[in-house]
Amino acid sequence: MDLTVIWAFIIAFAVFAYVVMDGFDLGIGILFPTIRVGQGRDRAMNSIAPVWDGNETWLVLGGGGLFAAFPLAYAVILPATYPLIIAMLLGLVFRGVAFEYRWRDPNHRAFWDAAFFGGSLVAAMAQGMTLGALLQGIEVVDRSYAGSWFDWLTPYTLLCGLGVVAGYALLGSTWLIWKLEAGAQKHARYLALRAAIATIVFMGAVSLHNIFLNAEYAERWLTAPEIYFAVPVPILTAIIALSMVQAIRKDRNSKPFWLSIALFFFGMAGLGVTMWPYVVPPGVTIWDAAAPEKSQVFMLVGVALTMPLIIGYTAWAYWVFRGKVADEGYH
Amino acid sequence: MFDQLDALLLARIQFAFTVSFHFFFPAFSIGLASYLAVLEGLWLKTGKQVYLDLFKYWLKIFAIAFAMGVVSGIVMSYQFGTNWSVFSDVAGPVIGPLMAYEVLTAFFLEAGFLGVMLFGMNKVGKKLHFTATLMVAIGTFVSAFWILSVNSWMQTPVGHVMGDNGQFLPGDSWWDIVFNPSFPYRLVHTVMAAYLTTAFVVGGVGAWHLLKDKANPHARKMFSMAMWMAALVTPLQIFAGDMHGLNTLEHQPAKVMAMEGHFESHPDGAPLILFGIPDSESKTVRYAIEIPKLSSLILKHDLNASMDGLDTIPDDEEPPVGMVFWSFRIMVGIGFAMLGIGLWSLYARGRKRLYDAPWLHRAAILMAPSGFAAVLAGWITTEVGRQPYVIYGLLRTADAASPLDAPAVAASLLAFIIVYFTVFGIGVWYILRLMSKTPYAGEVGVKRGDTGPIRTAGITPGPTQNPGHDEPLPAEKEDV
Repeated sequence: MDLTVIWAFIIAFAVFAYVVMDGFDLGIGILFPTIRVGQGRDRAMNSIAPVWDGNETWLVLGGGGLFAAFPLAYAVILPATYPLIIAMLLGLVFRGVAFEYRWRDPNHRAFWDAAFFGGSLVAAMAQGMTLGALLQGIEVVDRSYAGSWFDWLTPYTLLCGLGVVAGYALLGSTWLIWKLEAGAQKHARYLALRAAIATIVFMGAVSLHNIFLNAEYAERWLTAPEIYFAVPVPILTAIIALSMVQAIRKDRNSKPFWLSIALFFFGMAGLGVTMWPYVVPPGVTIWDAAAPEKSQVFMLVGVALTMPLIIGYTAWAYWVFRGKVADEGYH
Repeated sequence: MFDQLDALLLARIQFAFTVSFHFFFPAFSIGLASYLAVLEGLWLKTGKQVYLDLFKYWLKIFAIAFAMGVVSGIVMSYQFGTNWSVFSDVAGPVIGPLMAYEVLTAFFLEAGFLGVMLFGMNKVGKKLHFTATLMVAIGTFVSAFWILSVNSWMQTPVGHVMGDNGQFLPGDSWWDIVFNPSFPYRLVHTVMAAYLTTAFVVGGVGAWHLLKDKANPHARKMFSMAMWMAALVTPLQIFAGDMHGLNTLEHQPAKVMAMEGHFESHPDGAPLILFGIPDSESKTVRYAIEIPKLSSLILKHDLNASMDGLDTIPDDEEPPVGMVFWSFRIMVGIGFAMLGIGLWSLYARGRKRLYDAPWLHRAAILMAPSGFAAVLAGWITTEVGRQPYVIYGLLRTADAASPLDAPAVAASLLAFIIVYFTVFGIGVWYILRLMSKTPYAGEVGVKRGDTGPIRTAGITPGPTQNPGHDEPLPAEKEDV
């Protein structure tokens, strides 16, 4: 198989891992103001404190991997979405330090809780808008970004941003259903139901926009062979969405979380079909942007050796902190 | 044209600002992670409570420093693309894989085991917990390995070929790229600098508490350990720095000329300029205090060896002399001050007065932040000294920047400055507050709200176990 294609899948995997894993802890940040001050917020925070750092490392892998495997894409996308990337990074600064600071300074805990919320919201919104800016196309001339300042700011990118915010809120609330119990869990179910509906609406809107307002994307979806993939996707997505809503309402613990991950998986797979084979639509394919074979092989060895270990010890770290947060604290 | 120049300067300031701020945290956490591993190892080996107490005391500080390191580090991983897109495009095939290896072998290791290290002591058992601490410590070192390899390749690029599209492509051997000529020296020098930075912080904190109570066993232990580091590692570091300088002379002579303030060539023995004011306009060092022929002796091991000066370098390939000249002297000056503290501590130790030497303790407190200053000065020396190139001799900094307009870069720079100074300033304040608390028997580790059995675990060490201290109970003392 073509190494460039393998690398496209590796990057896609890193992005998916990031979106799901940091998605649920960003989502908890987004929902933070709705969670009661005191034990409620402390437990929500505790449920992610041991794992958030590992989750965010996937973002570095996504960025670093893109730099290494598709340097041209990295060199074009980041300047094109410059204000979004800077906003995301600063948002991540605020929410990242809030994990430590809120315990260190009880007098200003309300401020750090607000920073945790604001930082998470800004980061999620910026990520969604970056995705939107990529999907709507980036102008490239002579291996360099050639668009203007505010190309990234359109109704479509805002729609994508809100979609990601809703999606992260869904992941966060279903995670909380899993990790909390009693009244706090009930509140999480309440949030999850609303986040689920919002996510489904936004996913539908973005999909329709892609198909009906962009001739090239429409062609990709509505002709063979993609259409064979295109038809089952909405049906499967609908089935997943329905069973998720069921699981949220019923007394299920982990099932809503797993189903929301499945929902994200199909959403990303759909975006993959939409973009293929471009890494920077409309002009730069994965082969245009790919690093030379020597670089690809060198890194592939590293990925093959380390990725099983990384997945292994990450899973172990999650396993150590398994179970309801209230059952046992982290000491 | 003027706009371009402005945007370039702003982008350079932004990178210098974000990377300088970022490096403070790893400079501290590389050493502190190893120190924590040593403390936990000693606790497991000897069973002495004092090691566990110190481990938990410093773990709280580590948690904050590490969080700041993580978030400022994520910024760095995107700075290349946002502000140096041409560099990213052309150098990506060579340095991108090295940075990917850093993520795969270091960042995941640190992050994966950090949660267990911070919060998992009662969940996984002592040995497994120690393993987690070791993994975090190893991760910080591996991270330094890769990123310094990248930096060194940019200083002494070898092992690549040029592609038709202007990209630097990997040549026959990755080994040549990773272990480029300046890498071993830079790695040793930087990692020892991180250890010394941590040692002086730990020593300063120990000294602070010794001044308040010279009988405090925790303060004694950390001060003693830190002073051993100062006495043993500083001479090694000065030696490593000298070797690194010789390596630089071989590969980046213009940098050494700027460090030495040698505007002119000296065919029969160059003087060592101790102080003076370099004037790039008139190409002289004013008010120079110099020792004849000593520079030739240090750099070429021969009093009469001829040394080229900046007059042999075209003007548009010269680094800014003043900045390099001064930052180098600051670094070296601090290095020798550290050596002085180390020797002083040996003398005090020999007279069995290590814990009863108030002036040594005051000096150690004064020197507590010196490692950070030395590290920053050292990086300024090497990074400004390789200008005007970003890939030495091959790609000029001016040709490497993103096609961004000045206002965009100015706005982001301003945002970084405001956010970093407030957010990290507050973090440093929290760290200082933790350091000012006297370590006590039965230290509680990193604190997480009021869930679960945290309170009950914290009540056990009563005031009787802390004689002579008016410390409140840990459970009340800690932020809950």
